[in-house]
Amino acid sequence: MARTVRIEPVTRIEGHAKVSIYLDDAGEVSEARMHVVEFRAFEKFCIGRPFYEMPGITNRICGICPTSHALASVKAGDAIMGVAIPPVAEKLRRIFNWAQYVQSHALSFFHLSAPDLLLGFDHDPATRNVMGLIQKYPDVARKGVRLRGIGQEILRILADKSIHQAWAVPGGVRHPLTAEKRDAITALLPEAFASIGLALELLKKCFAQFAADVEIYDFPSLFAGLVTAEGGLEQYNGLLRFCASDGTPVEPGIVNERYRDYIDEASENWSYLKFPYFKAHGPYNRAEYAGMYRVGPLGRLNVCDFAGTPKADQELAEFRRLGNGRTVTSSFHYHYARLIEILFSLEKIEQTLREEDILDDWVRAEAGVNRLHGVGMVEAPRGTLIHDYRVDRNGLITDVNLIVSTGHNNLAMNRTITNIARKYVHGDVLTEGMLNRVEHGIRVYDPCLSCSTHALGRMPLAIRLISADGRVLHELSRN
Amino acid sequence: MSVITLTINGIEGSAPVGATLLEACRQNGVELPTLCHLEGLTPVGACRLCLVQVEGARRLLPACVTEAQEGMVVLTHTEKLVKYRKMTLELLLSERNHICSVCVANGACELRALCAELGVDHTRFEYRCPDLPPLDTSHERNGLDHNRCISCTRCIRACDQIEGAHTLDMEGRGIESRIIIDMHQKWVTSETCTKCGKCVNVCPTGTLFWKGSTVAEMQKEVGFLQWIKGGREKKSWSYL
Repeated sequence: MARTVRIEPVTRIEGHAKVSIYLDDAGEVSEARMHVVEFRAFEKFCIGRPFYEMPGITNRICGICPTSHALASVKAGDAIMGVAIPPVAEKLRRIFNWAQYVQSHALSFFHLSAPDLLLGFDHDPATRNVMGLIQKYPDVARKGVRLRGIGQEILRILADKSIHQAWAVPGGVRHPLTAEKRDAITALLPEAFASIGLALELLKKCFAQFAADVEIYDFPSLFAGLVTAEGGLEQYNGLLRFCASDGTPVEPGIVNERYRDYIDEASENWSYLKFPYFKAHGPYNRAEYAGMYRVGPLGRLNVCDFAGTPKADQELAEFRRLGNGRTVTSSFHYHYARLIEILFSLEKIEQTLREEDILDDWVRAEAGVNRLHGVGMVEAPRGTLIHDYRVDRNGLITDVNLIVSTGHNNLAMNRTITNIARKYVHGDVLTEGMLNRVEHGIRVYDPCLSCSTHALGRMPLAIRLISADGRVLHELSRN
Repeated sequence: MSVITLTINGIEGSAPVGATLLEACRQNGVELPTLCHLEGLTPVGACRLCLVQVEGARRLLPACVTEAQEGMVVLTHTEKLVKYRKMTLELLLSERNHICSVCVANGACELRALCAELGVDHTRFEYRCPDLPPLDTSHERNGLDHNRCISCTRCIRACDQIEGAHTLDMEGRGIESRIIIDMHQKWVTSETCTKCGKCVNVCPTGTLFWKGSTVAEMQKEVGFLQWIKGGREKKSWSYL
């Protein structure tokens, strides 16, 4: 008899979600679905506000990556003002973004995923968390917590607060960097480099142990992310590139304002999270994952031709050997890609702080409304983030479209958990470790469901087992 | 100067003849909370935060518009008065949309400062969510956001009494009160506005703001009121 398994709530992710695993008549998994169960309506209530207030409003979507929302928003604001911001303001915004990468990626790796990787998927759930990690690997846990702290400290030094800063504004940033602040940030970097070195070493040691999982997470898809004009790794301001599974560019460099020509969004009645897909590979068809693409650390490392900093390029070469030499198609390696991006961010912060003009005090361009439409696209730690605003001639918002990183990965997350469920869930006997493997299939993408639905609350996940006739046979949840 | 004596909270004090109770309290070291009051503008008794208890009076009196009298016995911080003041703030918070975290006046807002001072961190009353006109950002420099208005009328009085333009006014009563520009038109089309910005500076909240201000960026400066008023009284700028 056909059945469904439900995981509810999914844990160690940001936001609320539940998973339904549908069994066929033979008791085998036919499909797994991730339901995002939050709703917030930012796109609605921002209408009527001045565009220069939008960074302050939209960065409240999330407490993990407010910096990314603020930057996408101020870039949309720059476009509405029609200004090129002062060069130093752009450098400072970039440091701001890299610091955000350090803290967010460190959170994902050390706090949320390291318990699975270092303690094991079947470890006692009571201690399979950051507290368990502290007990068993105190040094690793301490370094992880510190690394995230360093990212947050850099944000605080730059922008006075470690979250929900109001420093980045349309036209630039509110105040320049001082020599004292620059030196304070520089002094934090050696410890951060040492910690990321340790994390990379630890993760690489795990690969052999998870060889079977790496295979389950492997499937073909498009990849997407920003690249520099030269094709390098880019997180703040670049062209949007789509490449095929083997790395062949499908769209080598899309100008940000034209994203709607390439991306469309579909909806399903069982999730508040929309399903973006690559239009040219459409129409949308979830069963066949038509137009599916992956963003985030894996997407960015797959679309770029090179990283652009010595240590990160060295790691990137090693990373690519895990795949076909150009792309890596197993989502399991999001973890590795994430750590490489921390390394890249630290190197870029170090380089940029050494630039001669970094203390220049011309950091804000002034202008009114010069265009009625502005698109701000940045790479948030979780993937490409798009803020698209329309305003009237007085600068009041008339339309908002937010396409958030986690949304891009929606099809891929559903594909991943379906693969995992097919491998580990058989018949009606459920084990906790089995459910945790399904959760990890979501966790590896480091989704932020609060962001993706612009929704309210934290994110526990629930899992349900559902029969072919729609009956809930079994339901498990953790809080 | 003639002086009267009065008792405030059991302590004898004095004040010049003609002083208001608010002035008398402040001159005798007793601070009263106010929002609509601003030195240099005519008091109107709109916010009701400075209500005090006067012996022999049948009701509570707003100190800002009550003249201090010889022999008055005044109580300023009874349990009942403190309770009423907190309730007044809660009612203000419930009427419109006061979301400090995304407000341009965060850090420079008198409403918020007063809430913090009196320990008002939430409102027990249901939000009224009135249907308000859209923001007016048509002016070259200033913006008007009705969501944050507490109807104190400081902007109206500064525009009328200090600038002499009388561009701003109030329409409606109670919850229907709205700041209007000239005879209810867009700011950009106003023929009376001199773009002086006094209204923005005297606004105690983020209702009136400099266009382009981002979260917590507004700084308000009200010192000019005393300077202008003092200069006029002393005829500093008189050529006659």
